[in-house]
Amino acid sequence: MTQLWRRRTLAALAVAPLVALAACGGASTEPADGAAPGSADCAPTGGPVNLSFTSWVPGVEEAVTLWNQQNPDIQVKVNDVPAGNAGTYSNLFNQLKAGTAPDLSQVEYDSLSSFRLQNGLVDIAACEGVTDAQAKFVDWTWSQVQLGDDGVYAVPQDTGPMALYYRKDLFDAAGIAPPTTWDEYYQAAKTLAAADPAVKITHFPQQDANWFTGLLWQNQANLFDISGDQLSVTVDSPESRQVAEYWQKMIDEQLVATNLQGFSPDLYAAWNSGTVATWVSAAWGYSTIRDNAPDTSGKWAVAPMPQWTAGAKNAGNWGGSTTAVFAGTEHPAEAAKFALWLNTDPASLEILNKEGGLYPASSDAQSLPALSTGVEYYGGEQIFDVFKAASGEVDTDFTWGPTMTDTYRFLSDGFTAALNGQGTLTDALTAAQTQSVDSLKAQGITVGG
Amino acid sequence: MTTTTAPVRRPTDESQVSVGIAMVFLLLMAGYFLLPIYWLVVNATKSQRDLVTTNGFWFGEFQLGQNLADLFARDDGVFLRWALNSLLYAGLGAGIGTVLAAMAGYGIAKFDFRGRELLFGFALGGVLVPATALALPLFLMFAGVGLTNTFWSVFLPSIVSPFGVYLSRVYSATIPEEVLEAARVDGAGELRIFFTISVRILTPALVTVFLFQFVAVWNNFLLPLVMLQDSTLYPLTYGLFSWQSQVSRYPELQTLTIVGSLVSVIPLIITFLGLQRFWRAGLTAGSGK
Repeated sequence: MTQLWRRRTLAALAVAPLVALAACGGASTEPADGAAPGSADCAPTGGPVNLSFTSWVPGVEEAVTLWNQQNPDIQVKVNDVPAGNAGTYSNLFNQLKAGTAPDLSQVEYDSLSSFRLQNGLVDIAACEGVTDAQAKFVDWTWSQVQLGDDGVYAVPQDTGPMALYYRKDLFDAAGIAPPTTWDEYYQAAKTLAAADPAVKITHFPQQDANWFTGLLWQNQANLFDISGDQLSVTVDSPESRQVAEYWQKMIDEQLVATNLQGFSPDLYAAWNSGTVATWVSAAWGYSTIRDNAPDTSGKWAVAPMPQWTAGAKNAGNWGGSTTAVFAGTEHPAEAAKFALWLNTDPASLEILNKEGGLYPASSDAQSLPALSTGVEYYGGEQIFDVFKAASGEVDTDFTWGPTMTDTYRFLSDGFTAALNGQGTLTDALTAAQTQSVDSLKAQGITVGG
Repeated sequence: MTTTTAPVRRPTDESQVSVGIAMVFLLLMAGYFLLPIYWLVVNATKSQRDLVTTNGFWFGEFQLGQNLADLFARDDGVFLRWALNSLLYAGLGAGIGTVLAAMAGYGIAKFDFRGRELLFGFALGGVLVPATALALPLFLMFAGVGLTNTFWSVFLPSIVSPFGVYLSRVYSATIPEEVLEAARVDGAGELRIFFTISVRILTPALVTVFLFQFVAVWNNFLLPLVMLQDSTLYPLTYGLFSWQSQVSRYPELQTLTIVGSLVSVIPLIITFLGLQRFWRAGLTAGSGK
């Protein structure tokens, strides 16, 4: 086992950080008995306690300093690390195996399931104040941290509810209102292109598979389904096909830019020159446009995400994190107390929003002064009102699989092929479905459906 | 190579052409290698706004001073801390590593003892195993003794240089036995002989070993990635990476990463220019013998 694990972990460093340790994680989606401190005993240890907390939110130290001042008996030390998928997750898996993992860590929603599969998370439902805190969070964020059962495996931190950033000046000049349905969005793309053939309505990136899952989330196209002990892969579904076929049509009719990658200098140049007119993106994306398209200040606006059915109210979500208590901690009660404070205390949330740009998962914090005022770059509009509404419209049933890194990679590979004229986005879904099932089976996870 | 020897053999008009072609080729290569540095210098002087809106190969509004101030102010000056860490890991690590490698290589070359070829074989094997493959086993070993996330977890592996042992042995073989015999006859101990005579003869080789090790440690990325979580222990490479990993969410980190990269290559350039003198002098001394 050790040999196998080591070999796989080495491979993990190179290719698939999240999944390679699964060989040791047990062959089912349920954690082995007794591997993690159960929810039955979550008594405070008492006495002075030192906790370590791994996070990559800029400025999180400031919030922690505040906590340390107020809680002399529970001192927290922050490990400031690179973003999760930039190596931190694979490090955390190594540390869990070596017994050197921190007491708490930032974990994104789409990775919680992987950590659970590795028995890396503590169910903190029995810890004081945890279940009562549910009311303080936006509904869908709480269902995300429950991972399909009665446990609570993390405390929601921030979210990325999605809306439509669009160039108001271009839309006005073309005489069109911001599209409310995806059909109107398609028509708008044609109108913009008719006015100026150089203008594409948006870019379709090859590598941002997690952006695409935000679009799937809006259409309730669940990627995975967990009923009881049974895990099924539903990457290829009627709902996901609807989304894929729509964007394939946009690509075929050359209404979207297919040569621009997300977060690339080329994309920013296109934003600045006005050849890309919209971006369907998350709340945190406001600073991406603001800081990378300074020439178009005052010309962008935000509208709700276009809908599949006229009059419907559904939003997707792209990104966002939780604060999870890790298996191996000797102080689950204190750790849970800190995680709750960090993500519900008004002073803490203000720091996280101001320094880290986090869009909070806490309902109250969505009314923070900074999120209730006009944003200068967006013509002084209160753009966060749109995201606040969107946050309430995110489907609560969306489920991530335990091997998301693989599934993301399969989707990206398929998108890249489709954008290069080999196959379609629907083919990408079909392939990712088969490949995801295979990758789960390869790790000894029973897949149904 | 042939172009440089051509003038000696045939001092005709044609050699002028050869020299010209060689010059053009070398200039092209120099341009190719210097272009990224040029880009780095240009873009380190730009604001985030100019970084995305102006031509990447020409200057915008000059604000290198502001960028540097921001760089050293970020997170209570953590960048300076990273720079010091890198100097410690790479400078001290390569220094001690060079001494150890020199002693090992010299010992294997100059003393006959049982198992010396086996020992050398192990050192050679170490050259063949990529550092990347060792990072995780090292992590598990350090975790076993509770030393992960400490200064030692990056420093200790940095003082090991199998390539240095190899080079030192090869070079030590060129030290004339007569010189050593003479010193022994004069009553010098082995340690004194090593440090006063052999090290001087070996200097060009040791400078090479030091430079190799310094650059290897300075650029080492995977080991700090696996070992460290405490940002006050990061070396520059890993610290800059941790910023770069977040630019999609926090675009202001782009300018800091770029200006930080510029600052981080300066010690490498200084080390090379400073030690190049010894290197070249040493090599010519060897060839004139």
